[in-house]
Amino acid sequence: MSLGVVMIVHEALHRATQLARHWADHGCPVVLHVDQNVDQDSYSRFVDSVSDYKNILFCDRRHCEWGTWSLVEASQAASEMMLDCFPEVQHVLLASGSCLPLRPIAEMTAYLSDRPTTDFIESVTTEDVPWAIGGLNEERFTLRFPFSWRRHRRLFDWAVGLQRRLGYRRRIPLGVTPHLGSQWWCLTRHTLSAILTDPRRVVNDAYFSKVWIPDESYYQTLSRQHSQKIESRSLTLSKFDFQGKPHVFYDDHMQLLRRSDCFVARKIWPQADRLFNSFLSASPSLSAEAEPNPGKIDRIFSKATLRRTKGRSGLLMQSRFPHQRWGSRVTAEPYVVLEGYTELFRNFEPWLADFSRTRVHGHLFATDRAHFEGGETEYFGALPSSAALRDYDTSAFLTNLIWNTQGERQCFQFGPADTQDITWNIARDDNARIHVITGAWAVPLFLSKGAFAEIRREAARLQKIECEHLRVLRSDHARARIRIQTLSEFVLNPLQPLQEVVDQLAPRDRPQLTSPPEMVHLGGFGDFLQNLKNQGMHPHLVGDFPTDFSPQRATPYLVPK
Amino acid sequence: MGAWTSYRLRLKRKRHHVRAFRKRRELTCVQNRTALIDPSDILIFSTLRNELVRLPFFLKYYRDLGVNHFVIVDNGSDDGSREYLEQQEDVSLWTTQASYKRAKYGVDWLNWLQRKYGHGHWCLAVDTDELFIYPFCDARPLRALTDWLDASQIRSFGAMLLDMYPSGQIGEETYQSGQNPLEIARWFDSGNYMIRKNTRFRNLWIQGGARARVFFDDSPKSAPALNKIPLVKWHRSYAYISSTHMLLPRGLNLVYDESGGEKASGCLLHTKFLDTFQEKSREELERRQHYANSHEYRAYSARLADDPVLWSKWSEEYNGWRQIEHLGLMSKGNWA
Repeated sequence: MSLGVVMIVHEALHRATQLARHWADHGCPVVLHVDQNVDQDSYSRFVDSVSDYKNILFCDRRHCEWGTWSLVEASQAASEMMLDCFPEVQHVLLASGSCLPLRPIAEMTAYLSDRPTTDFIESVTTEDVPWAIGGLNEERFTLRFPFSWRRHRRLFDWAVGLQRRLGYRRRIPLGVTPHLGSQWWCLTRHTLSAILTDPRRVVNDAYFSKVWIPDESYYQTLSRQHSQKIESRSLTLSKFDFQGKPHVFYDDHMQLLRRSDCFVARKIWPQADRLFNSFLSASPSLSAEAEPNPGKIDRIFSKATLRRTKGRSGLLMQSRFPHQRWGSRVTAEPYVVLEGYTELFRNFEPWLADFSRTRVHGHLFATDRAHFEGGETEYFGALPSSAALRDYDTSAFLTNLIWNTQGERQCFQFGPADTQDITWNIARDDNARIHVITGAWAVPLFLSKGAFAEIRREAARLQKIECEHLRVLRSDHARARIRIQTLSEFVLNPLQPLQEVVDQLAPRDRPQLTSPPEMVHLGGFGDFLQNLKNQGMHPHLVGDFPTDFSPQRATPYLVPK
Repeated sequence: MGAWTSYRLRLKRKRHHVRAFRKRRELTCVQNRTALIDPSDILIFSTLRNELVRLPFFLKYYRDLGVNHFVIVDNGSDDGSREYLEQQEDVSLWTTQASYKRAKYGVDWLNWLQRKYGHGHWCLAVDTDELFIYPFCDARPLRALTDWLDASQIRSFGAMLLDMYPSGQIGEETYQSGQNPLEIARWFDSGNYMIRKNTRFRNLWIQGGARARVFFDDSPKSAPALNKIPLVKWHRSYAYISSTHMLLPRGLNLVYDESGGEKASGCLLHTKFLDTFQEKSREELERRQHYANSHEYRAYSARLADDPVLWSKWSEEYNGWRQIEHLGLMSKGNWA
C-alpha cells in the first residue's frame, strides 16, 4: 500500500523541490507537472534539484491557466504517468506547490491504508451548495464560456447574459450528473484508472473541456460513476474568501495549523520559512489517530470574511465609510437623549448617574462647549469639548463618543438652546432613545427673573427651534425610539417616564423608582405662562399647564402602587 | 460622474506628469543605484531635509520590514544627511536646492522619480518621521502584504497618519540617533477623528487627532489632513496630486468600503513631536515652504511657546498594531 503524489507546479519552484523531496523521502512517489510558462532555465534547474530521486518523475509540460481545461489535462497526464510507473501506488493525492503536509506522512499512509477503497473527494450537487464565484452554479454545465473570466470579464458576462436571454443550453452527456467540489482530491487507484480508461472518456473530456472551471467538477462528477465509496471531503485543508481566492497561511498560523490535525494544508505563502522548515522536518506527531478538525481555522476565516463584508457597526474610519447613512447605523450602541429633564429637576444629572449607575452628561451640544460628565474638558478617546471642533462635524462627534465608550451606556441632555445640527442624526438612529418634555425650556426662563421683554423674545425663539426639532422627530424617517410629552402632562405623572429612562439606562439592574428627584419650585409658573400669552406669545408646547399646580397636588400620582 | 469630469481629471493627471517632467531638471543625481533594483523589489520614495538624526532608525525600520531600495530626494540638507545617505548601499539619492513649495511640496520630484523607477513595483511613499504599520506587521514582512494585495487585485493601500506624542513636554526627552522614536513619542488620540468624502477625487478627507485637538480647536477647518495612501503598485501613468493624500486615476483613492464592510488598512505612526520639533518648526516658519502659507507651523509656534504638552489623561499608549486595529483606527479587512 502506498500513496502517490501528483503535483501541479507553476511558481516558487524552490518550495516545490522541498516538498517533492519530502514526499519522496517518505516513500511516496511524486509526478510533477510544471507549467510551460516557467522558463526553460528555471525548469532545468528544478529538474536537476531532484535528479537524485528515482521516484520523482516529470510529465510533459503544457500552458496552464486558472479555471481552464488545461489544469485537468495536466492532472490527467501526471496521473496516468503515476499509475503506469508506480504499480504499488494505491491512493493518488493531487497537490500543488503550495500544499504543505502538516502531519507525518506515515500517519497519512496509515490512515489511507485503513480505508483502502475510500475516495476522498469533495463532491456535491449544484443544487445543494451556493458556490461562490460569479453566481454560476448549474449554468457552469449548461452554458458555453468562450471568454476568460479573469482577462475579459465584461465579455464573459455579456456572453452569459446573451445565452440566458436566448435560452441556450448545452446537452449534458448521458450518465453525467454534475457535481462540484474542491479541486484537491485523493482518489484510489481503482477510481482514478476507471476515470482515465473509461471508454467514454473522449466524450467526457470533450464535454468538460467547455465547462467553466472544470478542475472543480471533472473528477468530482466522474468519480461518482466509478467509486466504491466516496467520502465527500478533501484531505487538503483549503479555505476560500468571499472573492473565491484561497486564504493564505503564514508563519504566525503555525499553532493553528498544528492543532487542526489536517493532513495537508494550502495555500502556504512561499516565503513562510518557519512553516516549511518545521512541518517538513521529522517532528514527532502529536495525535497519531486524530481525525482532521479544521473547525478553528474555519472560524478565523469566516470572521475575517465578516469583517470585510459587514464590518464593525457604528465605526467610521479610513477603510469603512458607509455611503448611505440612512441605511446603516452611525452609532455602535444604544444611548439615551433627554430633553427637558435637567431643566425640571434640581441636580438631575448627578442624581440620575447615581441612581442608574451610568454616565450622564450635561448638554453635549451646548453652544459654549460639550458638557461632559463631571465637567471633563476631554473624554474617552481624547474627544475634545471644544464647540468649534464638535460643530465642525457633529455627527462624527456623536459616533466617536458612542464608539469610544462601548460597554457603558451613555446619556446626555439636549434642548432647543443647543446646536441643532445633530437632530437628524439622532432621529434616524435606531440606537437613540429620545425622551422629550416639550416646553421645558420655559422653566429656566421662568426662574431667570430677567426683563420680561427679553424673556418673551427668548421663549419665542426656543419654541420655534423646538417645533422644528419635533417635526423631525415625528417624521417618517425617524427610526429612534421616541417619547414626546408636554410639560403639563409630565408634571402630573413624572414617575413612569422617569422609570422608563432608568430602565433603558440600566437594562440589567432596572432599579425601581419610589419617588422622583426634587423638582424645581413651580409656584407661579401658571401665571408666568399666562403672562406670556398676554404678551401675544402662546407657549403651546408647554400644553395646558394647571394654573393651580403645586407638587403637593401632584403627590397622589407619585405614590407607587 | 460624467465623461466630462473624467476627461478633466485626465487632463489634470497629465498636467502633473508634465510638471514632474519639467521639475526633473531641479534634481541632481548624487548616487544612482537604481540598476540594482530587481523587478520584484519593494521601493521607498521619500523627500527630506536635515533629518540626519532620524535616518539610521528610519532605514533600519524599513529594511526590517523588507523594503529593498530607497529612492530619496534631499532638499538642501546641511546637517550631513546627504553624506550619510550616499554611503548606504540600498539608497539612490538625488539632491536639489530648489523650492519645496514650488515643487508642490515635493510631489513633482517624487512623481518624476516614481514614474521613472517605480513602474511595476510596490512603492511606499513616506517621510522620515512616518513609521508604516499594517495588520500582522509584527509577524509578516511587507512582502506578505503586497503578495496578498496582488492576489486580491488591489492596487493601493491606505494608511492614516496617526500623530504620536510624548507624555511630557515635547522637548523634555532627547532623541538619540538610532533610537526607536516610539520609545519617546508613544501616545496617541484614539477616538476623535472626523471624516468626509471628497466627491471630486473620491478620497476620504480625515482630520482630527492630537494636532486638531490642541492646535486647531478654534479653527478645525484648517487642521491638517490625515488620510494617506502611501502604498501603491505603481504604474507610470499614476500621479500623486496632493502630498500622498490622493492620487489619480481616482480609482486608486477607493481604499475604503462604502457598503458597511471594512477594507484592510494600515497606519503611519507620525513621530513628528520629538525634541527636534521645536527647532524644526522655527526653521520651517522662516523658510515658509509649507502648505497654505505654513499656517500649520504658525499654529504650532503660537501654542508651543507657553505649554508644549499634547498628552491628556485620555491618551492611549501604543502597544502594537492589534491595539490600533481594536480601537478601529485601522482594519485587517479579510486578511487573516
